[in-house]
Amino acid sequence: MMLNIKNYFKELNLKHKLFSKSYIIGTLLFFYLPIVYVVMFSFNESKSLTKFTGFSLKWYDKMLNDSTMLDAIYYTVVIAVIATIVSTIVGTIAAIGLSKSKKIVKELVLQVNNLPMMNPEIVTAIGLMLFFTSFSIKTGFMTLLLSHIAFCIPYVMLSVMPRLRQLDPNLAEAALDLGATPWQALTKVIVPLITPGIIAGALIAFTMSFDDFVISFFTTGPGVTNISIYVYTMYKRINPSINALSTLIIVVITIVLILVNAIPILKEKGRKKNVQIY
Amino acid sequence: MKSFARLAYPYMFWISIFIVLPMLMIVFYAFSTQGNDVLTLQFTLDNFKRFFSDPIFPMVLYRSLKIAFMTTIICLAIGYPCAYLIAQMKEKDQTMMILLITLPMWINMLVRTYAWRGILMSTDLSSEIKVLIGMVYNFLPFMIIQIYTSLAKMDKSLLFAAHDLGANKIKTFLRITLPLSIPGVIAGITLVFLPAVSSFFIPILLGGGEYVLIGNLIENYFVASGDWNFGSAISLIMAVLIMASMFLTKKLDYGNKEG
Repeated sequence: MMLNIKNYFKELNLKHKLFSKSYIIGTLLFFYLPIVYVVMFSFNESKSLTKFTGFSLKWYDKMLNDSTMLDAIYYTVVIAVIATIVSTIVGTIAAIGLSKSKKIVKELVLQVNNLPMMNPEIVTAIGLMLFFTSFSIKTGFMTLLLSHIAFCIPYVMLSVMPRLRQLDPNLAEAALDLGATPWQALTKVIVPLITPGIIAGALIAFTMSFDDFVISFFTTGPGVTNISIYVYTMYKRINPSINALSTLIIVVITIVLILVNAIPILKEKGRKKNVQIY
Repeated sequence: MKSFARLAYPYMFWISIFIVLPMLMIVFYAFSTQGNDVLTLQFTLDNFKRFFSDPIFPMVLYRSLKIAFMTTIICLAIGYPCAYLIAQMKEKDQTMMILLITLPMWINMLVRTYAWRGILMSTDLSSEIKVLIGMVYNFLPFMIIQIYTSLAKMDKSLLFAAHDLGANKIKTFLRITLPLSIPGVIAGITLVFLPAVSSFFIPILLGGGEYVLIGNLIENYFVASGDWNFGSAISLIMAVLIMASMFLTKKLDYGNKEG
């Protein structure tokens, strides 16, 4: 009798584990299905998106000869790099300034800062578009870049502010007392201590800019497109080159993410080895 | 020390130009009609009257809210158990799982949505279901991560205490785990509902242009027909609705804490 109950519970537990495993695997399959699909059909011989007829690299070849697509890749990368650098610097400086400002000023600025994140992206986008055209600013590369910087800064500040809050306010004071100039106190004391927040902010800014569609779509001008806009304008035609482009992006991102995650592990291993040697 | 406060001044100037001014422009356009210049400007409610007098616009608004609501419910129903199960794993597996779930998010949203097009093309699902699948796919990771974060932060000793005091698994979940995960649920709901209401490329890419949502209307009035005043009025209506629903959600969260 006792044994039976035990077995029953064992079975129940096993069933429970089996269920949770299959649930997680099911969710992951859902997430990865389209990615596998894209990679597979980028090697498809025919134009079909539903039937795989044979292996071919022709969509990659086509992609490399498609100047609009290459331009889109170029603009996406250039805008993302410049927007990341500028928004990280501006956002960090603004965050440091705000952390020392009066409470009312700080609250007000942060509230306004939150607006683009609280609002649907399309509202921010048309606001910027109306602003640029009303002041007769010609839309194109510059307006696209300015808009990207504008929506990236709040994210940088969002990741820098918590670091600043943890910072001991006496540290900068001490540096100034010990004869450091305000500039030295800033660059030698405050910035090094908040570096993790700055790096995290820069990463978020880069991915936000790299992925952005809605704001770019409304604020760019003729002749300047990024990858997202390119994909959007292609929706009516079936263009397997997009699959090739997507596969390329997937491969690059996977390599970068593996490196980012592998480096700390390798470092750790290296350190352990060193410890063993000494 | 105080001198550091001056570092924020340039940014205040920046946000007044790039955040406040564009918002004011939308309001300005929404309350005026086409062809006005600054000298002959007249404020009017015509755009709003037009929106509510034609049944098609409120219907599109209703449809957008409906599909965003369904997306949120489905994301919650799939995401909560998923986040819960991940939070039960060994620490190492948890990191791995979160990495696996966030990995696809690094790939451009349009690219991922485009991928679904091929998969859904051969099926004869309705446009609405196709759009729904696309939305759940795009926004589910936000829900899982928010709920997971709040579950992982939870003090595990509370669970042992509940067990010691004789609570069974279901009771422990209902009385401890669930209430403590509510902030994550609220954050997840916001992060799913907000982009779902205003999304306009998912209906285009997956609904094939037959399934019009409020975001498509706005895009149309800005890009195709060039009636920026009416487009601004639609965006304003949407923004106010969303702000109101977020305010209510926050209130709900607050009420929960009180009770």
